[in-house]
Amino acid sequence: MDATQIAIWNTTTEAVMNMVKSASDWITFAIDAPSARTVVFGVHIGGHLFVEGLLFVVILFLLSQKSYKPPKRPLTDKEIDELCDEWVPESLIPPITEDMKCEPPVLESAAGTHTVINGKEVVNFASANYLGIIGHEKLLESCTTSLEKYGVGSCGPRGFYGTIDVHLDCEAKIAKFLGTPDSILYSYGLSTMFSAIPAFCKKGDIVIADEGVNWGIQNGLFLSRSTIIYFKHNNMESLQNTLEKVTRDNKRAKKLRRYIVVEAVYQNSGQIAPLEEIIRLKEKYLFRVLLDESNSIGVLGSSGRGLTEHCRVPIEKIDIVMAAMGNALATEGGFCTGSTRVIDHQRLSSSGYVFSASLPPYLASAAITAINILEDSPQLITNLKKNISILHKGLSDIRGLEIASDKESPIVYLRLRKSTGSLKSDQQLLEDVVERLLKEENIFVTTSKRSTLDKCNLPTGIKYFVSAGHTESDLTKAYESMKRVAAKVLDGGD
Amino acid sequence: MITIPYITALTTYFSYGLLFAFGQFRDFFRKIFDWWRGNNLQGYAPIVLGLEDFYTRRLYLRIQDCFGRPISSPPDAWVNVVERVSKDNNKTLKRTTNVSRCLNLGSYNYLGFAAADEYCTPRVIDSMKKFSPSTCSTRTDGGTTTLHTELEECVADFVGKPAALVTGMGYATNSAILPSLIGKGGLIISDSLNHNSIVNGARGSGATVRVFQHNTPSHLESVLRENIAEGQPRTHRPWKKIMVIVEGIYSMEGELCKLPEIVAICKKYKAYVYLDEAHSIGAIGKTGRGVCELLGVDTADVDIMMGTFTKSFGSCGGYIAGSKEVIQYLKHTCPAHLYATSISPPAAQQIISAIKVILGQDGSNRGAQKLARIRENSNFFRSELQKMGFEVLGDNDSPVMPIMLYNPAKIPAFSRECLKQNLAVVTVAFPATPLLLARARICLSAAHTREDMIKALKVISSVGDMIGIKYFPAEPKKPQLEDGPVKLD
Repeated sequence: MDATQIAIWNTTTEAVMNMVKSASDWITFAIDAPSARTVVFGVHIGGHLFVEGLLFVVILFLLSQKSYKPPKRPLTDKEIDELCDEWVPESLIPPITEDMKCEPPVLESAAGTHTVINGKEVVNFASANYLGIIGHEKLLESCTTSLEKYGVGSCGPRGFYGTIDVHLDCEAKIAKFLGTPDSILYSYGLSTMFSAIPAFCKKGDIVIADEGVNWGIQNGLFLSRSTIIYFKHNNMESLQNTLEKVTRDNKRAKKLRRYIVVEAVYQNSGQIAPLEEIIRLKEKYLFRVLLDESNSIGVLGSSGRGLTEHCRVPIEKIDIVMAAMGNALATEGGFCTGSTRVIDHQRLSSSGYVFSASLPPYLASAAITAINILEDSPQLITNLKKNISILHKGLSDIRGLEIASDKESPIVYLRLRKSTGSLKSDQQLLEDVVERLLKEENIFVTTSKRSTLDKCNLPTGIKYFVSAGHTESDLTKAYESMKRVAAKVLDGGD
Repeated sequence: MITIPYITALTTYFSYGLLFAFGQFRDFFRKIFDWWRGNNLQGYAPIVLGLEDFYTRRLYLRIQDCFGRPISSPPDAWVNVVERVSKDNNKTLKRTTNVSRCLNLGSYNYLGFAAADEYCTPRVIDSMKKFSPSTCSTRTDGGTTTLHTELEECVADFVGKPAALVTGMGYATNSAILPSLIGKGGLIISDSLNHNSIVNGARGSGATVRVFQHNTPSHLESVLRENIAEGQPRTHRPWKKIMVIVEGIYSMEGELCKLPEIVAICKKYKAYVYLDEAHSIGAIGKTGRGVCELLGVDTADVDIMMGTFTKSFGSCGGYIAGSKEVIQYLKHTCPAHLYATSISPPAAQQIISAIKVILGQDGSNRGAQKLARIRENSNFFRSELQKMGFEVLGDNDSPVMPIMLYNPAKIPAFSRECLKQNLAVVTVAFPATPLLLARARICLSAAHTREDMIKALKVISSVGDMIGIKYFPAEPKKPQLEDGPVKLD
């Protein structure tokens, strides 16, 4: 560093020092100025107050300025027009494939244990007519009386003159039959589940459901916006683990409403839920139970009161019981039963009840009559149980197929022992079996079909709906023919 | 649009405020008592949350006798209303054996098919005997009978579409079909006053839902433009498809959909139109074919036509009509087709027979008479109500006519006073309508005679005077109403 540089450096430092000094002098002057010592309303305006006031004004000034934003340039009308012109929607539906074109067989007579398809009499295993009361004399009689008295439809929702006295009678009858305080009728089996569930499960509530539940329940859970956790199909260990995990992880769990949703007899597999175990877990972890009894009312238990009777569990332990009446009771619609509080709540908050026309009165009369028939003839249940065990035994050693359902389930569910690899080809194979059974053997059974909306991923299979009305020869024919057809079709497939 | 008078709005707010405050006051004491008695939930959260059913406990229960009145007859022009008594301040109602014969202005029995019909009922009973009340099976399994295929052809032909699919419940039709037609990445633009089944179906579909102002095509256009330009939220990908959902007749307003304008806009922006004709099918149009026929819209321009059989046809169930491919696809995917018990055969027969009567295929002109009668009745009743000074909503030709009540106290007053004079009317309040806009709803039927209507008008007028719901000045009395019965003679 040479001398000139040092000199310049010195002069610069000096100049800066001078400036700082004059500024501090000025500030001292300002602080000491006579105006700064004034007293306003008894308060001494000190120098620092003056500076703070100044700062405050500056802050206000800065705050009043608009903050910097990149200039917004909304789309012009022309641009929107262009975008609208350019937009090409997908077609309303995906292209139709060959498998969508298959039409189900058309029945030419009532869907009883024997029915007519294409002019031929066939044995019907496709209707969930468990008690065999389709076409029962008393049923037809009560419907005729009701149709003559009330007409067909109810022409209104329950709230608006759509409540007909038979609806109330039917609700009372169901409650009395099942031993619950009250029950509520829905006009459609499927909507019972997806209306009743959202009435009790709301956002934030915890629902533990079996992964094999039917679409009605799946949709209800989706609409409820609750936190939904699925456990492995009918696996109590998995249920316990899930319950344990949920209770442990969620500190607020005690404050939330918690439910376990199960089906008594699973429509998708024919498995029966082990209710004692579920009740034990429910009481341990303090969950409420929602039970779908669609396929068990009129079937399980010594007098057909469903899974609770079958497992000797008092029905009060189940908080909400739901069921579709389109199965054993041979009518339509659905019901939900439970405590008065549970039922009354639904009458105003269950959308499928409030916003839908009520059940046609003749179907309510049919339900009452069906329960009467069931109460009067307990041999229907014994017949049904006997038929189930005959068919179950007969179908247990079919080549290429195995039974997936419980031995007491009224749905005997056969699935492939060895999957062909893809769901579609499995389904095709099963369809072939079913078609041959109908064409060659006059036995009407169906495969389980899955909608693309259905999240259940249990394997598909062939379903036999057993009825108390099937004779022994019907059943023998059913499994013998299956043996023959399976030997033909599934051998070729292997 | 409803313009509520300033004073009325104020008094309505005041009434609800009072009810709310009083309810809260009672809830406060209830909580103390509950605490006193000790918690009996044993670790469960209450199944019904306190505030969730506040409305039910503190507002609805006070007037619950106005709703859900049981009847012991078909929901025809005259019904037997079963009297109920309460011994615990309306908390529970007990049925008695007494009935009162009332004129029915509440049921959706537009064409008068609710009661036994000379043509339909014998056929219905025959089919019931042949096919039993239920098939106990789904449509894709063993639930398709010859009656079902006949019904679907008949319905497709009636509504003017190539194919149709029938389900056992109107509500489930909407809520199960919408998810099969549209899903994630799709956009549903729904009228703000659409029915709950559409709302639930739209929510269940997983598609984005936007709402346009009730029956305002210009707003629909701006919503469409904005959304097509914006694309999907966050990703701004273009929408997969857009579906506009409207109803033919809005059941709480009695208004007809502005279908021609809406269809034109949807065509312009390539959106699909979904028309719910729950109330309009069978009730309006020259041959009962609904709002398309009345307003001159080609059914080919409406992609999906939905409707129910509960109303005009006096049966149950619903339909979806569309192109052959759409129906084929739906038959493969729609949960209501795959998983639900098929429509009850006698109900199917009722629909077929009712359509035959409407179209005159039964060999009489009863259908045409019914259609003329419902139109005449609706227009006469609406104009008379308007003349009296009631605030009546809805369009001409629509058989649904809401009378505005506004104040909460007028809801039970109107309903109970009418019932006293043997008139069964429906009153609607929150949550079915906005809080301020409580109303009574009249649904006329072709089964009502001129005398019935004159009696009803007299009763409504006197009750209207009593509770002060004639919000408009009455027109100077014309001799027409007085001479009505004389003219008929």
